[in-house]
Amino acid sequence: MHPAFSVIFLTTLIGAGQGLFLALYTAQVYAAFRLLPAQDPVGFYALGSLIALLLLIGGLAGSFLHLGRPERAWRSAAMWRTSWLSREVIALPACMGAVAAWGLVHYSGWNPPLFTLGESFGVDLSFLVGAIATVLCFALFLCTGMIYACIKFLQEWATPLTVINYVLFGGASGFMLATAFASWQGSGLVDFYGGWAILMTAIAFVTRSASLIRNARLKHKSTMQSAIGIRHARIEQKAQGAMAGSFNTREFFHGASPRKYRFVKWLFLVLVFPVPLLLVSAGLATQAFSLLLAAFLVQYLGLLAERWFFFAQANHPQNLYYQTV
Amino acid sequence: MTQLALVIDLNVCVGCHACVTSCKEWNTSGTAGPLADMNPYGLDPTGTFFNRVQTFEVGQYPNTETVHFPKSCLHCEDPPCVPVCPTGASYKREEDGIVLVDSDKCIGCKYCSWACPYGARELDENQKIMKKCTLCVDRIYDESLPEAERKPACVNACPTNARLFGDVSDPDSEVSLAIRESGGYQLMPEWGTRPANHYLPRRKTRITIHADELVRADNPLKKERELPMPDAKDPTLDETTSW
Repeated sequence: MHPAFSVIFLTTLIGAGQGLFLALYTAQVYAAFRLLPAQDPVGFYALGSLIALLLLIGGLAGSFLHLGRPERAWRSAAMWRTSWLSREVIALPACMGAVAAWGLVHYSGWNPPLFTLGESFGVDLSFLVGAIATVLCFALFLCTGMIYACIKFLQEWATPLTVINYVLFGGASGFMLATAFASWQGSGLVDFYGGWAILMTAIAFVTRSASLIRNARLKHKSTMQSAIGIRHARIEQKAQGAMAGSFNTREFFHGASPRKYRFVKWLFLVLVFPVPLLLVSAGLATQAFSLLLAAFLVQYLGLLAERWFFFAQANHPQNLYYQTV
Repeated sequence: MTQLALVIDLNVCVGCHACVTSCKEWNTSGTAGPLADMNPYGLDPTGTFFNRVQTFEVGQYPNTETVHFPKSCLHCEDPPCVPVCPTGASYKREEDGIVLVDSDKCIGCKYCSWACPYGARELDENQKIMKKCTLCVDRIYDESLPEAERKPACVNACPTNARLFGDVSDPDSEVSLAIRESGGYQLMPEWGTRPANHYLPRRKTRITIHADELVRADNPLKKERELPMPDAKDPTLDETTSW
């Protein structure tokens, strides 16, 4: 597939935004159980959710660049019964709204206690809104991943690992950003976030490696023989019906040289996993904000390369019809 | 239920591209707007087409066969491009099974083209919406045309009659008969899309003739004598010249 930068930015930006929100809300939940100190509602939760919201808005803007007719984008919520893309179109603004509401509750200080669970666990408004936003964040991860995983003949994508990787990469980059944010705010959560960021990056390394190994061993179901229905071991294309390419040659081939393709694979494997892990470990040891921020930025750059490779690696069966001019 | 479709006979197709040009000609004046051509007189001309003829060489030189392979939307009975459309612009008509794009609803997200294993959908570079074969839906029901012309433009144009058009769900139709009796098959059956369009395979039309079949061993009616036979009493030329 041809990697579209609009979709690369969409998926990486909203992933980081969702991950950052989940990090912030995790801290609130831990604080409610008195496992972590409560944070400043305005300086930490509200400001943090604003950053998450900006990332989500950036992703949404990227998605508009992908459309041929962005002015009709409102129509795309119609077919949520059948289309994961339509479900994402609903989940993304809903998630943005819930994150914004959660930030506003903290910012305004209007946070009335709603009810009490059990003996003494009081649920206030921000806790409830945050829980809703968490569900929507995970729904959005599911929708984003399933857009790719549901196309069964794009066999590189049609695996649960696609959804798992989207969740873990979003979580890892979000917690990486939360580590830097906590350090910037002088919050005591730097080690807490840093630990989760390391853990999620490590698990993502396992699951992404699993998908790379799976895809390397993949046997494509469609062949030249099934594509044109002629049973012969040797079929060679001589003409594709157009001399200078068509939509089919532009949209479904990444067009990069094998060398660049391999380079991007190793680039993302280095930038997403070992380098941020080293930077964040050094940052945690020295409590240096710059190192923690660098860890997030390097991992984000790596995720751009990862997403490029994710698209480039997918081999569409229609390519069988477009082997030579 | 009706399912209109094409049946394309690969044994007959000569790869003349008449179906491609007549398709482009008819559909570029269609209701969904012209089929864009980008850079038509430049180095890299490209454009929107509903139908292409591709050429494949089967076998190892010099023992090869050239197969011309017309390729357009197959109007699947279970089209994977339809449920993925977020706006409902992509739909399959109940009444005749034609898969269409509503050009007023399409947002140009290209997701349906990803979801089609055959690469049958193209983004129009001018209008930025998806376009695909309509089976000439604006032609086959047009009662102002003579009845013989109420067929897709590609079918009318084919000089070798390699393209048949009809209802594949009617077991007595010309297309069903061709599929049943000439080994009609579907493309990429492994994905369960059940394409309505079928292809008829190449056929060997050779027969084996042995030498003895060329001569009538038993020839009671003298069918193979040379005419006119000389009278038995007449002298032969040899006899008159050799004495």
